[in-house]
Amino acid sequence: MDTDVLKGGFSNAPVQSAQAFRAIMTLLARPGEILGVQGAMPPAPLSVAAGVTLITLCDPETPLFLAGAWDCPEVRKWIAFHIGAPIVPRAQAHFAVGSWKDFGPVTDFAIGTPQYPDRSATLIVELETLSTDGPALRGPGIKTHTTLSLPDVETFQANATLFPLGLDFLFTSGTSIAGLPRTTKVEAT
Amino acid sequence: MTHLYTTPEAEMNAYNFAYLDEQTKRMIRRAILKGLAIPGYQVPFASREMPMPYGWGTGGVQVSAAVLMPEDTLKVIDQGADDTTNAVSIRKFFEKTAGIATTEQTTKASVIQTRHRIPEAALSEGQILVYQVPIPEPLRFLEPSEVETRKMHSLEEYGLMHVKLYEDISRHGAIATAYAYPVKVEERYVMDPSPIPKFDNPKMEMAAIQLFGAGREQRIYAIPPYTQVVSLDFDDFPFEASKADHACDLCGADDSYLDEVIMDDKGTRMFVCSDTDYCAARRHAGHVGAQGIPEKESVI
Amino acid sequence: MYVAVKGGERAIDNAHAWLAEERRGDQAVSELSIEQIRNQLTLAVNRVMAEGSLFDPDLAALAIKQSRGDMIEAIFLMRAYRTTLPRFGYSRPIETANMACDRRVSATFKDVPGGQILGPTFDYTHRLLDFALAAEGEVPEAPTVTAASERIPHVAEFLNQEGLIQTETPSEAVPPDLTREPLELPADRALRLQSLTRGDEGFVLGMAYSTQRGYARNHAFVGELRIGTVDVEMDIPELGFAIDIGEIEVTECETVNQFTGSKTEPPQFTRGYGLVFGQSERKSISMALVDRALRWKELGEDNLGAPAQDEEFVLYHCDNIQATGFLEHIKLPHYVDFQSELELIRKLRREALETVAGQVPNVAEAAE
Repeated sequence: MDTDVLKGGFSNAPVQSAQAFRAIMTLLARPGEILGVQGAMPPAPLSVAAGVTLITLCDPETPLFLAGAWDCPEVRKWIAFHIGAPIVPRAQAHFAVGSWKDFGPVTDFAIGTPQYPDRSATLIVELETLSTDGPALRGPGIKTHTTLSLPDVETFQANATLFPLGLDFLFTSGTSIAGLPRTTKVEAT
Repeated sequence: MTHLYTTPEAEMNAYNFAYLDEQTKRMIRRAILKGLAIPGYQVPFASREMPMPYGWGTGGVQVSAAVLMPEDTLKVIDQGADDTTNAVSIRKFFEKTAGIATTEQTTKASVIQTRHRIPEAALSEGQILVYQVPIPEPLRFLEPSEVETRKMHSLEEYGLMHVKLYEDISRHGAIATAYAYPVKVEERYVMDPSPIPKFDNPKMEMAAIQLFGAGREQRIYAIPPYTQVVSLDFDDFPFEASKADHACDLCGADDSYLDEVIMDDKGTRMFVCSDTDYCAARRHAGHVGAQGIPEKESVI
Repeated sequence: MYVAVKGGERAIDNAHAWLAEERRGDQAVSELSIEQIRNQLTLAVNRVMAEGSLFDPDLAALAIKQSRGDMIEAIFLMRAYRTTLPRFGYSRPIETANMACDRRVSATFKDVPGGQILGPTFDYTHRLLDFALAAEGEVPEAPTVTAASERIPHVAEFLNQEGLIQTETPSEAVPPDLTREPLELPADRALRLQSLTRGDEGFVLGMAYSTQRGYARNHAFVGELRIGTVDVEMDIPELGFAIDIGEIEVTECETVNQFTGSKTEPPQFTRGYGLVFGQSERKSISMALVDRALRWKELGEDNLGAPAQDEEFVLYHCDNIQATGFLEHIKLPHYVDFQSELELIRKLRREALETVAGQVPNVAEAAE
């Protein structure tokens, strides 16, 4: 067995996942904020932040889609060992991870149903850099407005119009992470 | 049958941090995130049987257990008070299973679990308020079927609720709902605020994260900070956050929700803050109510 | 001077100490052992296992001892323990046709292959208090016979041969599990059966009884009732075959119900099904009747508006742990809400009395 696969998980899962979840929850509750997370050492091209997010939120009950370069043997093996999430096509995914370019148009993901809008995918978008340099965000969780370096504007504007259906996003870069729920209105730049 | 002969201490240590196993916590955490992304929508979750009965706050306890970190400071209140028996019992549960610090001071807590009240002191951005919810469905008393109420939420069909409130007005001249007064969140979902007195409704537009757990009914919902929460009303009968028309007899506060305490068999009444920490802090700062005595002279 | 009641923690500790003392009772009387409860209060142990959803007679006996004989409290202890157990896998479906039967009766045929086996039943006892039991006496030895080694076929199989009873299509689908997923409606039959087998015996009995008295009446014959032990097998992928991991005692009831046919189905008999841990006859028969009543939609029958036909009503209210929790929680403090009601009632009364007072002169005028 490939011993590298065994590495890179949480050393103290109950505590580390509690801390990571608090960060993720805070970010989805306060779009535009950026926090650092750590504890996982996933194989490339997964960032630390994306690895932490997957270990914290995913398990055998959450079908996962790997986009483009993220669908590689190293990542698949690491996920099989540490998380156990079944790897599925995008339409069946509860979670998905990859670069914005690799995702392409995000129209095929589950956006929930009118009776169960929660049955929608959460996309973990890996970015080169993550900063507050970007378009203005308004909506629940935001006192007046915040800003975030989004990879796109129109997609997120279109997503918000689907409310209460829609996708929810987490942006990761290195150890940094930010969130953008479907409720956030992104202003044109 | 070795499991019959372990000690209580060994049993408790055998449980995970904050009692729940990691897989259960992940399931609850995912529900919380969807709840925050769809404010006011009730997310179904596979609630577990907890070591306290349904109705005692199993939903709130599961949400708190999924949210707590070792560095948290927890406050638990029931009816606004830290010393009520169920608040004491839940606080002890988390002291034992999560080993976290606890406090009675609203300002010092990072997580506050509550039953039936929102603290008087405004909560800040770093804080989380976890509500225990008995019946999460605001339409349940108008329509007992879950199949029907789910349909009504999906169609944003809230006419039944407005008819009920309007009938109240035509019959009583006022909306006859004093607690668990329904709200509309971000102009979309009608939500049950849990059985808080309607006095507390306006506080729901706050800086802290609000999470709601209904264990028996298997629902979690949430309100992110700075989210619009409007109590349902009519232009000619606007919502009114009422309370007893008195000041606290101990600390003199005229802006806090009051409990009415019967003092003797002649029916003598006294009004005191329901939020015990708020009252104590005011007395500590030197405020004295009509029947109170300065803190330094009283024996506590 | 009013001082708010303090000392909740001490009060709780004291209450727990008193409870422990009450549970033990008079210390001059010897303490009940788990073995005594397990062996001599077997039917209580069975109920706790069935509604606690955990087959472990030792733990069920402990729960009964700890709960002072309060069955719902004991069931609650089992449930709360059960949820903390790791899940290693899922067994194969048990094969009740291979049951080693202690009891097996059919009401639909005078005799059936495999025979009628009365087993340890109360059915023909005269319910007279047996004062001999008050003095601990020896029990006369019951006659024994070598157990039949051949498989005892299900009675429904005979009706099946003639095509007289609706066939149940086997399915390889993984049944839903309401202990892992929130209950979602409409519920399929597997989920309904899971809910009913965990359901409160009294509730399920009452529902079943209501169908007999005419609320969605569908006369049920007990096609077969069998009680005995079955093997539990688990597939071990590493081995490539299933191994026996133990045996459990279950009660199975299949009712045969008349069905006059629908647009798609010819007249034939239909079934209700009950399967419960341990020797739990009343519960399994009740379960079969309620199962049958809940099947109205799939069989194309009319909804008569009867409580036992309403799956939402039955499934949402049959769990005694949920029910007792919510019922009993009303004894917790509710004074904040009550205070808000007090103020509302005072306000409404004040306004109503003012209105009446305003009308008094008119009334007086009319009287003149």
